[in-house]
Formats: sequence, structure tokens, C-alpha cells
Amino acid sequence: MIQAIAFYFFATIVVGAAVMTIMARNPVHSVLWLIMAFFNAAGLMVLVGAEFIAMLLVIVYVGAVAVLFLFVVMMLDIDFAAMRAGFSRNAPLGLLIAAVLLAELLLAVGAYNAGGLSLGTPDGSAMQAADKSNIEALGALLYGKYIALFEIAGIILLVAMIGAIVLTFQPPKPGARARQDVGKQIRRRPEEATVMKNPEVGQGVEL
Amino acid sequence: MTAFFQSLGLPYEWAWTVATVVAIVVVSLLVMFSVAMVIYVDRKVLGAIMLRRGPNVVGPFGLLQSFADGLKVFLQETIIPTAANKGIFLLAPIITFTVALAAWAVIPFWDGGVIADINVGLLYILAISSMGVYGVVMSGWASNSKYPFFSAMRASAQMISYEVSIGFVLVCVVLFAGTFNLSGIVEAQQGFGLGLINAYAIHPLLFPMWVVFFISALAETARAPFDLTEAESELVAGYQTEYSSMSFALFWLGEYANILLMCSLNTLLFWGGWLPPLDIPALYAVPGIVWFLVKTFIFFFMFSWIWATVPRYRYDQLMRLGWKVFLPMSLLFVAATSGYLMAIGHFA
Repeated sequence: MIQAIAFYFFATIVVGAAVMTIMARNPVHSVLWLIMAFFNAAGLMVLVGAEFIAMLLVIVYVGAVAVLFLFVVMMLDIDFAAMRAGFSRNAPLGLLIAAVLLAELLLAVGAYNAGGLSLGTPDGSAMQAADKSNIEALGALLYGKYIALFEIAGIILLVAMIGAIVLTFQPPKPGARARQDVGKQIRRRPEEATVMKNPEVGQGVEL
Repeated sequence: MTAFFQSLGLPYEWAWTVATVVAIVVVSLLVMFSVAMVIYVDRKVLGAIMLRRGPNVVGPFGLLQSFADGLKVFLQETIIPTAANKGIFLLAPIITFTVALAAWAVIPFWDGGVIADINVGLLYILAISSMGVYGVVMSGWASNSKYPFFSAMRASAQMISYEVSIGFVLVCVVLFAGTFNLSGIVEAQQGFGLGLINAYAIHPLLFPMWVVFFISALAETARAPFDLTEAESELVAGYQTEYSSMSFALFWLGEYANILLMCSLNTLLFWGGWLPPLDIPALYAVPGIVWFLVKTFIFFFMFSWIWATVPRYRYDQLMRLGWKVFLPMSLLFVAATSGYLMAIGHFA
């Protein structure tokens, strides 16, 4: 009963927020609706017992990715009218993508119902989900059966990160004061930086 | 408490719902009351360090000062700037306040004294505290004023930077405890130090991590010396500049609720939570909540003490500390901790 109420509550908000994401006139409002959808999707994850995935969804998407989204959208100077202009031209393409996604979703549910998927444990036996917590079950799978794929994914992310840094890194121009010596800043004492002067009235100070 | 409502004739589901709602209301009210009192403590400590008296007029020793301030703020007019984005402007303080209260759901006050004893308690805290940045960013943008916007930029960069190192510090603790459940982490600390001391922080691998966590907690809650989000010499009052009356008070209350949360996390993760400091049977005669509150209060006192004594950081120094000092250090300690625990056969 309560589960059903909670499910319909979260599901309604997810769908409503997703609709508002594409309907909102102001792009910042769009991003905020998107965050609302993320957060309530995490609620749905908790309902199906995937609490670890739910928390990761909030930490990664809501806490980090969406903040950057929000930043970029806030900083951009967007012309609302120009953005709306292409709506009717792009609508068929959007509908096509939506149809493809729907078909894929139906296919995945069908495959799942037909028993096409089997997530095994490292020794190949069937998954014993009931007596393990989410984190242990995921850890056993990721660091056991799928260790090679997991490591490869890690390497790819590392390469992407290094690539992004290399692309944006600019070596300091010769002569530019780009570097700070923090040790030097901390070692500095008041006597080196200030002088006490007691000038005569009307005399001024020679600097 | 669920059993009590079941004895009144409710089925289990509804008894659980009613019991949880009652627990939420009680904990929220107690947190609000504690916030009112620690604001008073903060001002008194600050006054004592600056050789002033601090609040001493309303009630005995000025104890009712916070409540008088609350009443005053409640009776003021809420001013909404004409250029502000009204809905988001009003939503921002509500989000800050709600998020600050929501995190208390997984904090165990004594053995079993917790609303939601969930397996991913620590991750829940991380998730909720990462939500906290939205209140600040939304208020800064919706105010449609440059100083609040600068402040929002600073706040989000600061919170994201320090969350990274907090995450790695938590990994070290979780490696030792073997669980993300906060009650489990506290129980794992019983007799941790030579079978006598109930605290993780005395371990040579965890003490530096506690120091990192404490400083990151200061930065995460935008407390001095990291209060660059409301640096009054540069940004008027930061993201709160355009706010008045209750909308301002909600920011204020949420901020202090977050500070208390960070103090209690210090207690729970590193200093044994509700357990007495030493594993001696006589000390267990004192109820666990007393130990929890005493330890949390000591950390709050340290927060006030630091506020009164340390000058504010420069922004580039803040970023350097987060990314170039704490991040590599906590990464190194994650590797060292897991290596050490593997070597002594902790996971066997």
C-alpha cells in the first residue's frame, strides 16, 4: 500500500519534471526540473531495493554533473526567442529519437521477461541477492567476474581526463608571474613587508 | 515506537509510517532547538574570546536571545527584489533548510536511536550534503544581483572541491569499519585502541584523516576561515544579500544545522559516537546520548574557537588547499590504509 503510494508519487513527479524540462521557457528552470527528475528517479531506485545506485545517482548526477550544467546555463547569455525558433523543424527528429528509445526500452523489458539475462557471481553460480547488501553484491561482481572490463573502463576515463587537461593546459608565457611560491609567502614576516614611520606634521613620507 | 502504535491497533505498515513521522517531527524540533542554543553558544564564545560579554539581556544569561531573534525575524516583512526570479528566489532558502534537516535521518544519537538505520547511511549523508549547494546557487542566480552571484559561484566551487577529499576520508573510515552504516561504524570503534580507547582517531593512519576531515568540514559548511561565500569585505553578505525576514532566517538555521551535522559526523566517524571515550564498564552507566552530545559540543566549541582566532583565507589559497594538499594526501592515505589492512589480514 505505502510502497504503491510512494511509487506513484515518485513516478508522477519524474514524468512531470521531465515534461517540464523540455517545456520550460527559461533554460535555468529546465535544468532545475531536470535535477528534480534525477532526484525522484533516485527515490524510485530506493523502492526497488537498489539503494546504492540511488545514492550514487544523487551524488554523481545531482551533486556534481547537474551543478556544472546549471553553471554553464547560468553563465551563457541565451536568446530565448532564437532558441524556440527551430522547434517545429527539429520536432520530427526528436520524435524519431524518442520512438527509438521507446523501442529499445520495450526490447530490454521483453528480453528480461524472457529470462535472457543472467547476472552471475564470480564462480558462475546464480546471484544470491537476498543475504548480501547492494554494495557487497556489486563489488563482488565488478571486482570479480567483470574485473577486466572494469579496469579498461577506468583506463579509458583516465585517458579522457589527461586528454582534457592537455587540451586546456597553457604553459605560462615567459616573463608572466604565473607561479606562486607558497613556502615563500608563508615564510614572509611582518618586518620584511612593513616599515613603521612617524612623520612630522606637514612633512609627508618618502616611499 | 512502531510496536507502540501497533499496540493501538494499527496494521504494521501504518504503525511504521506514523512512528516514522513522529520521530521525524521530534528530531527536527530538537535539532531546531539545538541550533537556537548553539547560535547563543557561538556568540558567547566569540564574545569571551574578544573580551566582550556577548548576549546577556534576554532571559537569564541571555539564554533566550536566539528565540527573541527568531520572533523578531518572523514578524519582519519578506522583501522580494523586483528583478528577482520570484519562484526560485523563495525556493532557495527552503531547499537549504530542508536539506540540512534531511541529513539528520541517519544520525544515530544512541545505540538504536536513529530514524532510518540504512545500509548506505554514509553515502546518504554525502548525497544530501551535495544537494546543499543548490540552495546557494539558486539564491545567487535568482537574486539577479552581482554580489550574490559571485558568492554562489564561489560556494559551489568550494563545496564541490572539498566534497572530493571528504569522500576519500570517508573511504578510509569505511575500510576500517567494513560498513557504510553509521551505527555499524560506531560499534566497530569499541575497544579499537589497544582494547581500551573507543575512537578511530587514535590510529596513526586515521588521525591525519580526521584532521583533513575537520578542516574540510569547516570549508564544506563555509565556516571561518573559509567563509568566502559571505566575505563581507568583498561581497556584502554573499548569497544572502537580497534576503530578509524568514527567508533569511531559513538560510541561517540551515547553515547552523549543517555545522551541527558536521560536528556530529566528527563524533560518529572518528571519536566513538555514543560510546564513552574509554572502554571501561563503569563509564557505560552514563547514557549514550550524553556522550554523543558532549563530544559533538566539544567539536562545536572548536568551530567557534577557530572562527574567533583564524583570519580568512584568500580564494586561491582555499582552492590550493583543497586540490593540491588534501586531495593527494587523502588519496595516498586511501592506498596506505587499504595496503595496511590487507597486510594485517583485516579482510580475511
